[in-house]
This record gives sequence, structure tokens and C-alpha cells, in this order.
Amino acid sequence: MSRTPTDLKYTASHEWIRREADGALTVGITDHAQDALGDLVFVELPEVGRTLAAGEACTVVESVKAASDVYAPVAGVVTAQNEAVKTSPELINQNAYDAWLFRLQPADKKASDALLDAAAYAKEIG
Amino acid sequence: MALSCLFSRTSRKNKGLTVLKKTALNLLHREASARMVDFGGWDMPVHYGSQIEEHHAVRRDAGMFDVSHMVVLDLKGDGARAFLRYALANDVEKLKTPGRALYSCLLRDDGHVLDDLIVYFIDESFFRIVVNAGTADKDVAWFEQLRDKHAPTLTLRRRDDLGILAVQGQSARDRVWQVLPEIKPATAGLNPFSAITVATFFIARTGYTGEDGFEIIAPHEAIVVLWQQLRAVGVRPCGLGARDTLRLEAGMNLYGQDMDETVSPLESGLAWTVDFKDASRNFVGKAALLAHPPARHLVGLLLLDSGGVLRAHQAVHTGHGDGEITSGTFSPTLTRAIALARVPDAVQEDDTVFVAVRDKQLKARVVKPPFAKQGKVLIDV
Repeated sequence: MSRTPTDLKYTASHEWIRREADGALTVGITDHAQDALGDLVFVELPEVGRTLAAGEACTVVESVKAASDVYAPVAGVVTAQNEAVKTSPELINQNAYDAWLFRLQPADKKASDALLDAAAYAKEIG
Repeated sequence: MALSCLFSRTSRKNKGLTVLKKTALNLLHREASARMVDFGGWDMPVHYGSQIEEHHAVRRDAGMFDVSHMVVLDLKGDGARAFLRYALANDVEKLKTPGRALYSCLLRDDGHVLDDLIVYFIDESFFRIVVNAGTADKDVAWFEQLRDKHAPTLTLRRRDDLGILAVQGQSARDRVWQVLPEIKPATAGLNPFSAITVATFFIARTGYTGEDGFEIIAPHEAIVVLWQQLRAVGVRPCGLGARDTLRLEAGMNLYGQDMDETVSPLESGLAWTVDFKDASRNFVGKAALLAHPPARHLVGLLLLDSGGVLRAHQAVHTGHGDGEITSGTFSPTLTRAIALARVPDAVQEDDTVFVAVRDKQLKARVVKPPFAKQGKVLIDV
């Protein structure tokens, strides 16, 4: 069954979020999401410096069978993207919580508090 | 991210009154960690962990597919050949040796495609036909009304008592012989696109992957035993996902995507299967095909730009007008996006076209399928 680490936050739309020491948020897709998508073969990430609204579609991940949007969990500015997943999308299948997609400096430092915790997300995916 | 599109088909069915049909291998698929999907009303494995690894297993070694959802129809009686010469677009007159197989379209009167199928010549009063799962009811009704009108003494029996296992890859036949040594003498010399019956097994050297191998038709209980035996000797269970990427690399059409009741075989890359040679032969759809020469044709596309994966229904912009992708995927063998697309007739091999992928126009080259088969890449990449 899919893993849901307890030290991360989640969205109902299957993103995971880790708060870094400097207040930035690292964003990826959950193990449940990668499992549902199957073998990933293409990732398109938001440019560094792009301002995102909460819930804005900002990343495209494509598996052999389907394309999916990934949404910004909170509003903020993109500060980094993970080059490794662009060249090797399969890293997400191998470990979805290692293979982050992008980092975001949130507009509101407290915004991520409202995201789901592991138990709530686990309930969400039933 | 939006995963609803991936789940909705199954969950909607499960909540409703529709009960998915199951093949005899259903429990074994689940025990092998298959991800199951609703495939035209059948509960079928899409993959058992990694679609790409399953794909490579078939290109490099051996894999097996449960295709028991497909339907076997046995046509028997005097005049079976004459009836099929009229009912099918390809000419069964080509089938001279018992066991020989022929790929054909089943056409409507307007020349559009009802289904594609394989017909095996067993003897003059027995032809075996294998049709797609989703179209089987429609096909049976079509054959029956043709039969009632043109050859009422023929019988058409739907063999729901039989399952089908496709064992594909360069090692596939060896693995089958390893677990069924008693069939080796009869099948070692079997030519491609031929079949033979050995005890309860109907063994055909056919497939839908571009690799060597067998498609084995047998009673369900025999298929269950065979699947387990093959798995024990290292034949990898493969899902419908890998079956789709393998057939697309091999340049084979999928009914419902690359052709259906809105198009003719001549605009679907299937002109080679429509046999006009015998001018005295009439067949269903012939007059319509002759009256309406095709203005479009089916070509292969290789994506040159990065920026996404080619998918069905994406628009294709060419120097001669617009077209549309009918099947697209990421090719595990080429590690590039590939597609089949229906485009204006004037579009030629090596032309550059542009495919609309989200908000971008990505450059692609027109190529002649197959893209890959028998373990090898067959186009310039």
C-alpha cells in the first residue's frame, strides 16, 4: 500500500509539502499519486521566479498512460526546481518523497498550517 | 494534481449496477499485484507494477497477456469460405493450407469499419474467427444477419468456454515448449500466422506485439494452469498497458482508436488488408470503398521536440491541412513519444508537422511504421 510519511503536509489533490528551515516549502506528488499514474516519462516544472496563486496548475507530469497537472498548494514564488526529475521522471516512481518537484517561498508563512496532515490525507485516499 | 480521470471509469462502474466481467485468471492477476481497470466492461490488468518493464520483457525476452476477454467465433458448415469471401474485406481465398490465418476488417455497407479480426482456416467447413471484446456482440449480430440472408445453413458458435493467452517475445516459444513439451513436435515447424490444434490447445503463431510467440486458445481451466506454469519458468505477466505500447511500436492499429465506424480501412493504414484483386468477388463495403477514394491516410509520427507525450485527439498541423492523432504514447524502446495520426493524403514520409500539446506546438516527423519490432528500432531517431 502507498506510504504517507507523518512529517509532511498534504493536499487532497495528492501533493506533499515539506517545510524547510528557511520557511520555503518543498512540493512533490504522493506515493499514492505516482502509483495511480504508473511509469512517469515527462515532467514540466514552473520557472524559478514565477509567482503562483494557491491551487494554480504549475507542473505537468505525464506517465505512459496519462498527463496530469500538479497544483501550487499555497500562494508563493518558485525558488528552485528539481532538475533531476526532468531528466529522470522515473525517480518519482522510485521514491515519491525523495523526488521533489519545486520549492516555493510562501506569500503567507502560516498558509501551510491549513494543509492536511498525514492522517487526514490517508483518510482522503481511503 | 487531478487523478480523477484515472479512477473514474472503474469507480463509476463499481458504484452502479454494472458488474465487471472477469476472466478465469482474475484471482491470479490480483495475487500478482496487478492494477486492475475497467476495460470495456472487463476487469483487466493494466500492469503488475511497471508497464515499461513489462514492455521491455516482451521486446527482450518473454511476457504473457491474458486476452481471454477477446471472443472466439466458430463458423461451421458447407459454404463457409464463400460466405467469408463476401463478409470480409480481405479475401479468405488466400487461405489454402489448414491452420493459415488472415487479418481482415469487417466492414459496413458504407465501407466503414465494424471491427478488425483474425480468421483461421481449419477446413472447408470450419473457420475460426477471433474478434475484439468490446465489439463482439455487435459482430455476432452482424454476422448472423448476413448469414441468415446469404448462407442460412451455416452455424456461428460463440466460444465463451475458451480463454486466450498471448505469450510473446523471442524466448516465448521456448518457454511454452518447456512447460508443454508434448506440443513441441507439432508446433516447432509452425509458420508465422499459422495455427494448429494439439489436444485441448489451439496454438497460433500470431500476436499483437511485433515479437515472435504464440497465442494459445484453450478451455479456461487449461489457461489457468498454463499461466502458472509459464510464470514459474520466468515468463513475465504483462498488462494491457504494455500490450498497447508494444502494438503501437509495431505499427498495429487498435480498433476504436485508429479506426471505427466513422472511417474506412483505406484511410486507416489498412489498404493492404482490403483485397480488390479478384474483380469477380463482391464483398460488404466494396462498392462504397470504390466510390469514395480516401482523402486522408494514417501515418506514424516521431516527436522531435521535448515538451510532452503524444496522445490521441491532439491536433496535427501540416503543410497540407490539419489532422489528428489517433493513438499516441511514450515508446519505451525508442524512449521518445510516438503516434499514429490521420492526416491529409498529401502529407509524406519525412515531412515536418506540428502537434498541439497543451499550449505548445511541438515539432514531429512523419515516419513509416513500424517504429520497433523483433527487439529492434526500425526508424531513424
